[in-house]
Amino acid sequence: MAGEAMLRVEHLTMRFGGLVAVNDVSFEVHRGTIAALIGPNGAGKTTVFNCITGFYKPSEGRIALQHGDSSAWQSLDQLTDSGKRERRDANGALFLLERMPDYLVAQRARVARTFQNIRLFSGMTVLENLMVAQHNPLMLASGYTVLGVLGFPGYAVREYEAVEKARGWLERLELVDRADDPAGDLPYGAQRRLEIARAMCTDPVLLCLDEPAAGLNAHESAELNELLLAIRKDFGTTILLIEHDMSVVMEISDHIVVLDYGVKISDGTPEFVRNDPKVIGAYLGVEDDEVAEVEAEVGL
Amino acid sequence: MDVFVQQLINGITLGSIYGLIAIGYTMVFGIIGMVNFAHGDVFMVSAFIALIAFLIVTTWLGITSVALAIFIMLIVSMAFTSLINWAIERVAYRPLRGSFRLAPLISAIGMSIFLSNFVQVTQGPRNKAIPPIIRGEFILSGHDAYTVTLSYKQIIIWGVTAVLLAAFWYLVAKTSLGRAQRACEQDQKMAALVGIDVDRTIAMTFVIAAALAAVAGTMYVMYYGVVSFSDGFVPGVKAFTAAVLGGIGSLPGAVVGGILIGLIETLWSAYFTIDYKDVAAFSVLAITLIFLPQGLFGRPDVEKV
Amino acid sequence: MTASARRERSEVVHALRDAGITALISFGLFLPLVGLLTITNMNNELRLTTRLPLLVIFVALIAGVRLLVTLVIRPWAERRRALSTRKPFSIPRSFSRWFVPFAIGFLVVYPFISLAAVGYSGSLKWIDNFGIQILIYVMLGWGLNIVVGLAGLLDLGYVAFYAVGAYSYGLLASHFGLSFWILLPLAGILSSFWGILLGFPVLRLRGDYLAIVTLAFGEIIRIVLVNWVDLTNGYAGIAAIPRPTFFGIPFNTDDNGFAATFHLTFSPTHRTIFLYYLILGLALLTGYVTTRLRRLPVGRAWEALREDEIACRSLGINTTNTKLTAFAMGAMFAGFAGSFFAARQGFISPESFTFIESATILSIVVLGGMGSQIGVAIAAVAMIGGTEIMRDMDFLKAIFGDTFDPTQYRMLIFGFAMVLIMIWKPRGLIASREPSVFLKERKTISSELVKEGHG
Repeated sequence: MAGEAMLRVEHLTMRFGGLVAVNDVSFEVHRGTIAALIGPNGAGKTTVFNCITGFYKPSEGRIALQHGDSSAWQSLDQLTDSGKRERRDANGALFLLERMPDYLVAQRARVARTFQNIRLFSGMTVLENLMVAQHNPLMLASGYTVLGVLGFPGYAVREYEAVEKARGWLERLELVDRADDPAGDLPYGAQRRLEIARAMCTDPVLLCLDEPAAGLNAHESAELNELLLAIRKDFGTTILLIEHDMSVVMEISDHIVVLDYGVKISDGTPEFVRNDPKVIGAYLGVEDDEVAEVEAEVGL
Repeated sequence: MDVFVQQLINGITLGSIYGLIAIGYTMVFGIIGMVNFAHGDVFMVSAFIALIAFLIVTTWLGITSVALAIFIMLIVSMAFTSLINWAIERVAYRPLRGSFRLAPLISAIGMSIFLSNFVQVTQGPRNKAIPPIIRGEFILSGHDAYTVTLSYKQIIIWGVTAVLLAAFWYLVAKTSLGRAQRACEQDQKMAALVGIDVDRTIAMTFVIAAALAAVAGTMYVMYYGVVSFSDGFVPGVKAFTAAVLGGIGSLPGAVVGGILIGLIETLWSAYFTIDYKDVAAFSVLAITLIFLPQGLFGRPDVEKV
Repeated sequence: MTASARRERSEVVHALRDAGITALISFGLFLPLVGLLTITNMNNELRLTTRLPLLVIFVALIAGVRLLVTLVIRPWAERRRALSTRKPFSIPRSFSRWFVPFAIGFLVVYPFISLAAVGYSGSLKWIDNFGIQILIYVMLGWGLNIVVGLAGLLDLGYVAFYAVGAYSYGLLASHFGLSFWILLPLAGILSSFWGILLGFPVLRLRGDYLAIVTLAFGEIIRIVLVNWVDLTNGYAGIAAIPRPTFFGIPFNTDDNGFAATFHLTFSPTHRTIFLYYLILGLALLTGYVTTRLRRLPVGRAWEALREDEIACRSLGINTTNTKLTAFAMGAMFAGFAGSFFAARQGFISPESFTFIESATILSIVVLGGMGSQIGVAIAAVAMIGGTEIMRDMDFLKAIFGDTFDPTQYRMLIFGFAMVLIMIWKPRGLIASREPSVFLKERKTISSELVKEGHG
């Protein structure tokens, strides 16, 4: 699974006022792999995520994402100097995520994400949630609403296809019977999986999952593992996840990055990270109240 | 220069009144997260009560001492307005606590319409004017063309505002009521769990807000000598502007914001055109919210993802 | 004395004591403003008189209501609540399936029912004050519903766009003599242009801040209308605005007028009936377009925005544009309604576009149940119809004497009704949501789950 890098995070630093939440973190995520970002509470994992997905503007650093052929990387410095945020050619495309607003990261760079505290549209049905995720292509199909209001037939076909795509995901999640129920009525585990399916409906190349196994029992965790492996196998989507549940992390990740107090302390295969003394120290040597303090400061 | 100084004096006076009303907005917003739309009309009601108290004092009791008259006006207006605002909270807002977010706002708008129409129906639609309570002024600089004056009325407004603000600041910063208030602002559920009577604390917040509005109302009647049922809306919106400008939730911010709005209004009227003075105040509101949403003294609001 | 009788007695004693306290409090509440009256005497001096009988009536009334509530209404409500299965009210599908065509059918024949019942001159009031007036508010309610109900953006300055529409028609029709049918779309476009212009800077704001800024913009526009006398004629307003014609045929007594052309006896009611159908058509257009928009991606994005803006952005939705389209769309319908208003009145002044109008429209939307079009229509009928009825309750003079003027109490009751309705149904009359798309069956969603937006 060694493919070439598709995401490069370089010297990422994020400050909130005087507090340095992420300090000079660099790592790479390779195409078609599952990478995990782990670390004690308050280590800055979610902040890294928010920087990658455009919700925060990093204080310093570069976050580059590449589509298509790896030769696109050659123009990275040229793109950085040009001041533009993306560059496309016949072989692929290159994006500087730190320059893009959040919705463009999802729309153009095709990075999808889920949230630590589930953010489904709870008053909309399960199916509607998956339809909202296909907003941009459907918007185009409805002629930016104009043709849709006038009732042009082309839109109906595209809408039917979108519903079928959603149905495919619901079948995969075994939620077809709940398609017309409000998303807020689903059991917790199903909501987590629905949020992943909703992110996948945007056709991402990189899927960022913020603690997808939080609150799941052992059985549901195992189901989640299967789902993530199937996503990689069937869609070739690269996955970056934040996780506390080591059964998930160790079992499915190809690559692990460990953060502690906003600094990267280890980076490698699960085998390597598991035996890294610095990681062991970070996990065992921190008092709980210190963790809480840092968390409160970072505002997580 | 003289014009400027004079407008500065007038602006601070007007701004003190706005600031007193603004505190009511800021406190209520702080504690239950709601724009108390009826607060401007509570101010108007308090001005009416002060006016009635003035008539009782002068025409019925025949008291001639100005200081005593103003003191009685203040006390009567503060007492009755507090009672009215307490009742408003009890009837119109408390049943909606924890409900749909828009419901209290609509209820407050309804209350605002009710209050102004109630005064119109019970006291008539005409302007109510009283003779000036205090005459006299200091002449600060006298030319033939323009004299800068500081009237006794203005001094009284400054003084009363300053004294009451100090008393009120003590109440919020140093007493157990103030502590309970700050606790409820942070987390009502948790405050209730540690034994704070949340309902009572919120009710007291409305009472204090009304008392300060009543001070503003009394000063308004004393300063302008006229009040009508429709006088609540515009000062209300401007005071809210002041609260936002100062940073909503911040008490010194509300006062500073009030004085700034008062200054903007008087200076605008003096140097540009009086017709558009309200536009100036409202534009300040819009500009503040767009470029400085946390206001001058508020804490920045970091979006949580 | 049995135990239950004793309990009952103690309840009565308790209720009486409670009513006594209420009486005491309301005595305090009403003493200054009801018990005392300020009047200006012959010498133009303000004097006080007492009005104690009225104060006593107020206090007794409130204590009585309180007693009734504690002894009768509250136990009854509790019994009912214990019996009912706590399921939130939602309209069954079969109901809305027949209700909508039935309601539209009724609205189409309404003028003729009115004509048949009370004749030409009698029905003027029924078609104009009730029919047209209510339909204008239904249309405005549906327009604002896009902004507040669907997209969850709280707009307290909606009347500004209504004013832009009305003044666009008034000015362009009187200065350039353009016809209603050209100016109607133009007014809509101008209003939505203003919607975008005002919306662009403010839509980043959240919650009540957005409400206050929109209120400020509404007031700014009104103040400009008052003060820009050269253009708008200020408070005096614009008079003699050309009235719409029946596709070129004017409603007058001329030989080429409507009555003569169709061999009818002239009656001013003809024009009213025409205006009625015009606003009915416009309102139905608003309703139809909104229904369609809800099922298009843009409508779903509006609702998703109301549910969770951050999640929307994570899915690649440009939330600024989405909000702007909601704002522009709502403003456009207000512009249509405004130009109709100007055409119907023939006269406009800033007085018609005060904050009270915005508050009324917003309360129609909230009372109706945010997002529910049927609910908004029902709320418009109840609120506008209700206040219109209060306009002609002259029979009350027979009870309270000739000095009693019921129209004075119209806004008073209106304001208090807003409070009561919110306490009674904080989520509005129809508190459920229809999904925009379904796989197997369309189930309504209880409003408990539906969010209200934070903008």
